[in-house]
Order: sequence, then structure tokens, then C-alpha cells
Amino acid sequence: MSTATATQARKAASARPGHYKLSGLIRSEWTKLRTVRSTMWTLGLTILIGVVISVISATATRAHWSTMTPADRVSFDPAGKSLIGVFFGQFTIGVLGVLAMSAEYGTGTIHATLSAAPGRLRVLAAKTIVFGAIALVISEITSFVSFFLAQALLTAPATHATLASPGALRAVAGSGLYLCVIGLLALGIATLIRHTAGSISAFTGLLLVIPLIVSAFPTWLDNDLSRFMPLRIGAAMISGPPLANTFTPWTGLLVLFIYAAVVLIVSGIVLVKRDA
Amino acid sequence: MIEAKDLTKRYGDTLAVNDLSFTARPGLVTGFLGPNGAGKSTTMRLIMGLDAPNGGDVTVNGRHVHDMSWPLHEVGALLESRSIHPGRSARGHLQMLAETNSISRTRVDEVLEMVGLASVSHRRAGKFSLGMTQRLGIAAALLGDPEVLLFDEPVNGLDPDGVRWVRNLLKELAHEGRTVLVSSHLMGEMALTADEVVIIGKGRLIVELGIEELLAHGSKSSVRVRSPQIKQLKAALEELDGAMTTLEADNSLTVRGADEVAIGKRAASLLVTLYELAPQYASLEDVFMDLTGGSVEYSGSQPASQTAAKGAAR
Repeated sequence: MSTATATQARKAASARPGHYKLSGLIRSEWTKLRTVRSTMWTLGLTILIGVVISVISATATRAHWSTMTPADRVSFDPAGKSLIGVFFGQFTIGVLGVLAMSAEYGTGTIHATLSAAPGRLRVLAAKTIVFGAIALVISEITSFVSFFLAQALLTAPATHATLASPGALRAVAGSGLYLCVIGLLALGIATLIRHTAGSISAFTGLLLVIPLIVSAFPTWLDNDLSRFMPLRIGAAMISGPPLANTFTPWTGLLVLFIYAAVVLIVSGIVLVKRDA
Repeated sequence: MIEAKDLTKRYGDTLAVNDLSFTARPGLVTGFLGPNGAGKSTTMRLIMGLDAPNGGDVTVNGRHVHDMSWPLHEVGALLESRSIHPGRSARGHLQMLAETNSISRTRVDEVLEMVGLASVSHRRAGKFSLGMTQRLGIAAALLGDPEVLLFDEPVNGLDPDGVRWVRNLLKELAHEGRTVLVSSHLMGEMALTADEVVIIGKGRLIVELGIEELLAHGSKSSVRVRSPQIKQLKAALEELDGAMTTLEADNSLTVRGADEVAIGKRAASLLVTLYELAPQYASLEDVFMDLTGGSVEYSGSQPASQTAAKGAAR
């Protein structure tokens, strides 16, 4: 190709109609996630930990059923028991949420990303959509598999639940949603903090340390405040029957969603204003 | 075309780029030179819109990267951070970039071929040598076949083969009519590649001119003279107006302040035999050191204002 035609070809390329789109960014974010091993590890661990812990706790309950008091047997919550493992999945999902953004900064990939797509809010939106969808699918798989396996292990005389049992479907489907929103919260935190270690510390601190601080307050204040803690919201969601001193499961999820949305919106503003 | 006008960038108390104006034109390799910490990488980030300037403006083909419809088709960059995830394969890296601008997989294969990474495209970038990583970064810059290319220290850590490959690539890209801006702290390398140079120190423009002019700019030009009657010639040359001579260890004479014409005439008038009469040009490195000396010297904890004053005085 001669220089002139090469130049013309390039001119034609840059004169391409339209402009880069969210759909392209979504494909790109999907490629980014599926082409690194940490994604497979964190997602695999989410399912594995969730299912294994749920199976262990169901097996243990079944084994000790004969020694349980009648009161304990009556208040036994088979749905909640089967979702305990899912509850642990929030930490691995959180790590993936953090890495989805912090790895860009840690490796400098963010410079390539934002050079190719300078619309930073669009990049964050694409990341949120792709990560949120993956997190939701994996979380729901974890909770449904955990539920069915654990219920199958809770043989008579132990009581077990079906999806038709009161609160069971909400607990199973809702715990998947809960995990997804927790992951989005982690993504927002990482967009603000940018460093992997710092983001993971902030994320686990938010989940574990703040409740400890709140629990040191006087009881009346503790009860008022602790319902706002993500873990209490999660506990209310995985429980079949309603829990004391919590929001209702769906109100709690809405509160958590507001946290995630606020952090993501603030992180988006900061992302636009700050040097990359 | 890259046009920077009065570009200023401050990080806290540090003035990284200070009122910098320069132009990189199409069809030329523009060498962007300065000692480490002079503000070259910062300027490149400002060009790419990754960092926002505190003052001034920089455009690529008259526009900001933010306003481009297909940024990868207009400007490609190999930046200081290298921007590569070590866990991702070369192909994965290029593909995720290509997808943002809806660039085809065929083009990904093409650039992999172009930089010689086609056979290792499935290997994780973390396993790559420095040279291969550099090639992958260059492939990413070329992905959209852009008119304007930025390369931040592209030959750093390359072996001689790699250095030559990059040198030829840069020249070819410029020959195709593109704007090529290459930063380096190695003056000698630029002498072989650049058509024009922009030299900065402490974030300020020191000089912007063609490479030939820069060589002529050398203030240390001298003439090397060899003769069997060197002592006699030395004494005679020192009588010339403004001339200074130094007798070197190899018994040659270095003359400053008089050109070869004057020296030759003087030798002829004395009937002194000359074995050698060679004008010596300051090497690009000497010129570079001479020009940037002041800005390196004050690299310590000088307050910005003082450094700026020093720069202005130059």
C-alpha cells in the first residue's frame, strides 16, 4: 500500500460514522473479567464456600436433631440454615467487586481504558452492569444450589423447607440479590479508594468493624442503629421467619441498595474529577 | 498534530509542567526530551486527557481526547504505566481495548503480527520479557491505526534488536504522514530517530527546534589539529583573536574560538605541515547536558518559585 492510500484509509477509519458506545464498553468489561484468573477464583470460591458451608451446617443439624430441645426444634429455620454459606460468599464477591476496579489502577490498565474510552461515567456504568450481572447470576446459583442440597440433607425427623414454605423463596432469591448489591458496594468503594488492599480493608471494615463499634453503644441506640448494618440486613434476608430489631427483608435490601447507589454515584463524580 | 499551549500542571507544591508550549507536526518524529522528572510523562497524560491541566490547553488534531468519537482511531499511546494486566493474555489485552471502539478481531490479529507477538498471543503478559511487554504496549497504541501516536520511553529496557525495531517503526509511522511524539531521556537515541526535538527541564520548555539546528546549536564546537610541528603551531594559533588551544594526551591540539579556515591559513603562512584539520561538533549528548544542566542541578528541594526563576533566566 502506498503512503497516500494508507493515509486515506486511516482518514476513513477516523471518519467512521457514529461514536464509541456503551454496548462496546460492556463487551470490553466482560472480556476484562473473563480473561483474568482472579475472576474465576473468586466466583468459584463464592459457589464452593457457599455450598460447602451450607451442606456442613445442614448435616450437623441433622446429626444433632435428637439432642435438640423441643423449643429449638420448633424455632428451627431450615431455609436460613441452608443459606449460611451464601452469607460468607459476600466476602469473595466483595473481593471480586474490588478487583474489578482496583486491578485497573494497580496495573495501570486504567490509562489504556480511559484513553480508549474517555467517557469515565460510561466506563463505570459498563463495569457496574457487567459485574452486577455476573455477581447476580453467581449469587443466585449459589443460594439455590445451597438451598436444595441442604434441604435434601435435612431428612426426617428434622424439618426441612421447600420453596413454597413461608419466607423460603424470598430468603433464597433475596440472598442472591443481597450478595449482588454487596458486590456493587465493594465496586464503588474500590472506585473511590483505587488500591486493592485499602479497598478490601475498607469493605471488610464496613461490614465487620462498624457493627462491633455500634454494639458497644447503649442497647436502645444499638438496636436502632444495628438494623442499618449490612450484615443485619443480610441476616434478615436469609432468615425464613422475621428477625427482631431489623428492617423487613425487602426494606433492608432497599437500604443496602441506597448505600451502594450513593457510593457508586459519589465514586463516579470523583472518577470524573480526579486525575486518572 | 499535537499543540500544547501554556500547559501547566501542579501536583501539590510541585510544578510538574510549567507554562509549556510546543507543537508536534504530522510526518515528523518529534523527540520529547528531558532528564528524568522533567515532566515528559505528565505532559503525555495531559495530552491523553488522563490528567487535567491547571492551566493552558493541549489538543490533538485540534480537539480534546474527550471529544473524540472513536479515540483509538485518532490517537494511540504507549504510556509510562504500560497499562497491561500481568494476568491477561496479549490477545485478551488488545481485544478488550478493541471492543471499546468496536474494532474487529482481524485488526487485533494484524497488530499482533505487526509487533511479532502473534505466536505468543495466548501467553499471559506477566510472563513476557520487558521487550515483549513494550511490543504489546506499542501494539495497543497502533490498534486503531491512529493519525497521532505517543510513545513514552519506548526503547527503555530493549535489547539492540528491539531498539532498532522501534527506531525503524517510528520513522515509518512518521513517513506515513502520522504525528509521532516520542519521549526519551537518551539524547543519543533521539539523534538517530527524531526530526525535531522539544527539550524540557523542570517542566519548562528549554528549546524546540530541528535536530540539525540543535547540533549546530552546540556551543562547544572545536577543531582538532594534528601536526609534526604541533608546539610551533600551538604558539602561533594562540595569537589568533579569541582562540584557545589545548594540547591533548595524543599530541593533538584542540582549538576553540577559531574555525578550520583561520587555522588552515595560519598553518600555511608558517609552512607548517598538517596531518589533520577536523571540525568537531558537540555531540547531541553534550548539547543536551549543556541545555538541561541547570534544570537537573536544581532537582533537590528547591521551592518551585526559585526553580521557575532559574528556568526563566536561561
